[in-house]
Amino acid sequence: MQEAMIKRAKELLADGTVNRVMGWKKGEFAYDSSPAVFESAEELERDFVCDDFTQANLSKYLIKESRKDGKILAFLKPCDTYSFNQLLNEHRIIRENVYVIGIPGGPKLDVEKIKAKGINGITGVSKDGFTLKIETLYGTETMPYYEAVSEKCSNCKSKLHVEYDELIGDEGTILNSKRFEMVEKLENMTAQERYDFWQGELSKCIRCNACRNVCPACTCENCVFDNPKSGIAQKAAADSFEEQMFHIIRAFHVAGRCTDCGECTRVCPQNIPLHLLNRKFIKDINSLYGEFQAGADRTTKCPLTDYDVNDCEPSIVHERGVE
Amino acid sequence: MLKISAEKLNELFDKIASQQTLYIPVDREDKQAEFKKYESRMTLSKVLNTVRSAKDFFFPQTENLAEFKLSGKTIEVKDIRKENEDFVVFGVRACDAKSFEILDSVFLAEPVDTFYQNRREHGTIVTMACTRPEETCFCTTFGINPTMPGGDVSVYSDGESYFFLPFTDKGKTFMASISDMLEEGDVKKLSEVQAKAREIMKRLPLANLTTDSFGGERLMEHFNSEKWAELSEACIGCGTCTFVCPTCQCYDIRDFDTGNGIKRFRCWDSCMYSDFTQMAHGNPRTSQLERFRQRFMHKLVYHPSNHDGEFGCVGCGRCLSKCPVSLNIVKVMKALEDK
Repeated sequence: MQEAMIKRAKELLADGTVNRVMGWKKGEFAYDSSPAVFESAEELERDFVCDDFTQANLSKYLIKESRKDGKILAFLKPCDTYSFNQLLNEHRIIRENVYVIGIPGGPKLDVEKIKAKGINGITGVSKDGFTLKIETLYGTETMPYYEAVSEKCSNCKSKLHVEYDELIGDEGTILNSKRFEMVEKLENMTAQERYDFWQGELSKCIRCNACRNVCPACTCENCVFDNPKSGIAQKAAADSFEEQMFHIIRAFHVAGRCTDCGECTRVCPQNIPLHLLNRKFIKDINSLYGEFQAGADRTTKCPLTDYDVNDCEPSIVHERGVE
Repeated sequence: MLKISAEKLNELFDKIASQQTLYIPVDREDKQAEFKKYESRMTLSKVLNTVRSAKDFFFPQTENLAEFKLSGKTIEVKDIRKENEDFVVFGVRACDAKSFEILDSVFLAEPVDTFYQNRREHGTIVTMACTRPEETCFCTTFGINPTMPGGDVSVYSDGESYFFLPFTDKGKTFMASISDMLEEGDVKKLSEVQAKAREIMKRLPLANLTTDSFGGERLMEHFNSEKWAELSEACIGCGTCTFVCPTCQCYDIRDFDTGNGIKRFRCWDSCMYSDFTQMAHGNPRTSQLERFRQRFMHKLVYHPSNHDGEFGCVGCGRCLSKCPVSLNIVKVMKALEDK
């Protein structure tokens, strides 16, 4: 796959279709690639990587990149195309300045899941059927491949690319994922249990803002939490109320626009399952307004920014009760 | 050297905790480690390092400084400080132990930060020698020896026992308080374990990284490097690297209006943030490139320039494992170093 991508990128650079390529750059280790822009065939040959660990969603970078001179080639996984589409719907990306090549998605791996097995000093990772072979400073270790699959890929909603100029590899389909299982589990808890669950998770928050900054739905030029004039700017949570406020406001703000790309949970240094807040909103929107997937197409309006006489009354949440 | 057998470690923790507050690294559900206040039967984590560094004990993320109350035309200023109680942090690695020296050079220089000083005076640091470093470790780049971790007392493990070696008066007092539980031990196996660890250090992927190309005298050259644009390209401007970093020491002071008074507090700040060092005219660094450059220039150029050549990094590797887009000081150093 990586070779085919580099070959095609070089062709598009050479024939002048694009003048830059957005992809992932090799890191120091087997798993630490970074999003990067490549401008030449040499750079692509030397540094371009697409492997089991290239998880980062490149869509958000295209807001800025599509405003630069010339057209940029971007490689998007199926989930990333939903974010891309949603950003197009919000007029945040200039479509004609981006050439999208859809590439197959995961399952991608999360190195922290490997380390959670007590495997450390990782110098190499390779696949052998359903087994992951991990070279370490202390010898070779193995573990089941699926146990290292990242959270975002283990609940994949779609292998379909919803927006692209061309595809490399086969097109996939929308999957029947079990992504709402944990939300249901939380819904079935008592209010106190649910509160305790979220208090336990959110109290780990260090307010690094990684979840917000990586989020393709968070594209405000100046976030209220960074604006001293907003009255609620915070650099650190003073207490548990503020911890919850940041995350709840953020979840509300992206409700109906979140495509469930899973980046928030992927980047959280404290492993807080932030995607569960967003999935609760998605699940509620589905049940209150009918099935809706943000970013699925360019025409359907989000139920939260559209009005229909048949819309449920806001009081439905109250009527449903808290237990 | 005095030792205690591994199976008696919890008895020792119980004893320490009965005398003063004890913090040890423990595993969370996600198998990552964090320092927790010790409670009976907690198990010492085997993970090399905690997600958050040990700087939290002396420089917490948020801290109340003073309170103001306005009545009529008078403002009452309340000093809300409480003298801290003695505490012990057990299991600090060499990198974090070294970070305290770096923080000291900032907070204990005139004018002394008495909030920090108070905590430092009350805290006893019990370090733990490393035997299984991670691929992300590069403390040796900064002259740190992870098999000799320092602190008030160093603890070494050979797998069967924990050996204790005090360095400071505070360490000796601590040793005296637990001496009835310790016995004289044979260090032969310990020497073997340490020798093996030293051998692994040499094979670490980042073992050859050096600071030769950095320091105060390289200011203009590195500041003006054209490589910052490419290096900072993917940075999302979050504060992860600064908040997990054991040496990042910037903070902001804010007032919180409680409705019937003002609470003045300080909290960690991050040079990666758009409202960092906000002044009347705004943030002096208006682009992410400038903010990104600031962080690494501080660690590799400004800090050694201001503190007798001491770099502002201890090679703990936290930013390497936690940056959402895998940008970090190692990638910066490799891009900027003399080839």
